[in-house]
Amino acid sequence: MTQSEPVPTASANPAGLKVELGRDRPIRLDCGVELGPIQVAYQTYGRLNADKSNAILICHALTGDHYVADPHPITAKPGWWHELVGPGRVFDTDRYFLICSNVLGGCMGTTGPVDENPATGQAWGLDFPVITIGDMVKVQARLVDHLGIDQLFCVVGGSMGGMQVLKWAQVYPERVFSAIPIASAARHSAQNIAFHEVGRQAIMADPDWCEGNYLQEGKRPHRGLAVARMAAHITYLSEPALHQKFGRNLQNRDTVTYGFDADFQVESYLRHQGNTFVDRFDANSYLYITRAMDYFDLAAESGGVLANAFRGTRTRFCVVSFTSDWLFPTPESRAVVHALNAVAANVSFVEIKSDKGHDAFLLDEPEFHATLTGFLEGAATHRGLPRTEGAGR
Amino acid sequence: MMTVANGNLRVDLRLIADMVEPGSRVLDVGCGEGALLDWLGRTKNVDGRGIELSMAGVSAAVSHGLSVIQGDADTDLKDYPSGAFDYVILSQTLQATYAPRTVLSHMLRIGRRAIVSFPNFGHWRVRLHLLTHGRMPVTDTLAYEWYDTPNIHFCTIRDFLDLCRDLQIKVERSIPLDRGGKTMAIPSCEGIANLFADQGLFVLSREG
Repeated sequence: MTQSEPVPTASANPAGLKVELGRDRPIRLDCGVELGPIQVAYQTYGRLNADKSNAILICHALTGDHYVADPHPITAKPGWWHELVGPGRVFDTDRYFLICSNVLGGCMGTTGPVDENPATGQAWGLDFPVITIGDMVKVQARLVDHLGIDQLFCVVGGSMGGMQVLKWAQVYPERVFSAIPIASAARHSAQNIAFHEVGRQAIMADPDWCEGNYLQEGKRPHRGLAVARMAAHITYLSEPALHQKFGRNLQNRDTVTYGFDADFQVESYLRHQGNTFVDRFDANSYLYITRAMDYFDLAAESGGVLANAFRGTRTRFCVVSFTSDWLFPTPESRAVVHALNAVAANVSFVEIKSDKGHDAFLLDEPEFHATLTGFLEGAATHRGLPRTEGAGR
Repeated sequence: MMTVANGNLRVDLRLIADMVEPGSRVLDVGCGEGALLDWLGRTKNVDGRGIELSMAGVSAAVSHGLSVIQGDADTDLKDYPSGAFDYVILSQTLQATYAPRTVLSHMLRIGRRAIVSFPNFGHWRVRLHLLTHGRMPVTDTLAYEWYDTPNIHFCTIRDFLDLCRDLQIKVERSIPLDRGGKTMAIPSCEGIANLFADQGLFVLSREG
């Protein structure tokens, strides 16, 4: 884990960074397959300090990627947490060194079903091994090794990112000084698995899916993936948020058409969400990543008792949930808090009042941001990080 | 958190803080915005945690870098392992719990010591108010009407000490407080304190 050359930063590589890992030492996946080498696409922001104690790993959600703060290369939209990353912001780039990598199984540069299977010279498709949240974390750990970092100051993420945070804390407790699982859970609930199954079935029902071989066939299951996204998108919002935004308002018309056009604004909005999603996401990646979330059950992976996942932990935790999140509701977060209490872990827990649903963790919620800032500040004090990482490392 | 930033601490909290040994582990149940935890962390190097019911209190405390969870003394204490803390503090909250007896038992299971303060319903002013007006007393310490009070289990100092005996809890220190939360210059013997103390402050430990 020693490294002499300077740590690369995204500012010098606006297109993103890429590294090949596991060529000599393949990664043993939970399904038993050994995978390697693996390409990992990632971004970094800020600078790693001299004793490498200021690194924060940001874990992205299901359909997120490593473009946390800079414009997305396909959509040209700002990064998904751009409001939180920068000098003087929640994740202060003058102070912290931020890392975010595209997850294993993804489609934005990290090895996934869209990439070439070295054995066949063709896209992996469904020959890609089934992955888990734990596998994603193993790959992230290899990246952190590659960057020469022993202990992360913080691992933070929302939704699926939060699952990775909890997995990190379980598998590498000594490497995680503090952990912030946001709008997340220690297991994927039956309801969540059910919604994912709807999405997967939509993809697989699309004739252009071609049993997963659509790339070879020169096709893309756009319609199926769009429907999957539409169904999922509803779960990311809340009834108050949908009502406020659209109500029963009609789209570009005064009366209903007595047909199946997008009469309602909410229909038009969902269609738009579905159609833009297919431009930046791969259908098979969606199958693999949703499956990884479905399989996640930290208690089961810890001998049936969630508290066992954290026994003896010295990590400082900050668990955050949102009142209107019905996909990862507060009781799921509270179960994590109870498990942490059961092992006398150092834990903060805040339920943020918000009507924006699950997506609140991506949106401008001042109380949420204040919580993150305050928790990081407290953790930095305990870690002995100076207020500002001045010039140079 | 203004009181925290200014370095001031409510008088009764200051009294509690003085009883805590430096470097110890403290769980503050009903910690509000975390003023006591903050003080203990800064001045006594205490490893402090808090539980608070109100979201506003929790948010303020966590934003201030304190380890506080949103939770309820009645339901959440059972999750903590035995002997996890040196002190479990319950300041002005006992009377608002559904099951004071269970809460107290958990406190002394989780902590080596418990520090408890509560308004004394045996105070002469309370007694006189009830006697002369025939109505539930509203005083500085008990500043709610009966129908909207969070306080559901009032007790007198004597009641509390009876409960401690019943639970085989050892009362290490017993301090009568006045309306301002200051120590009163009266004998801390049960009868006098029960009549004249506005609040009771107790340091408890497990028998034996």
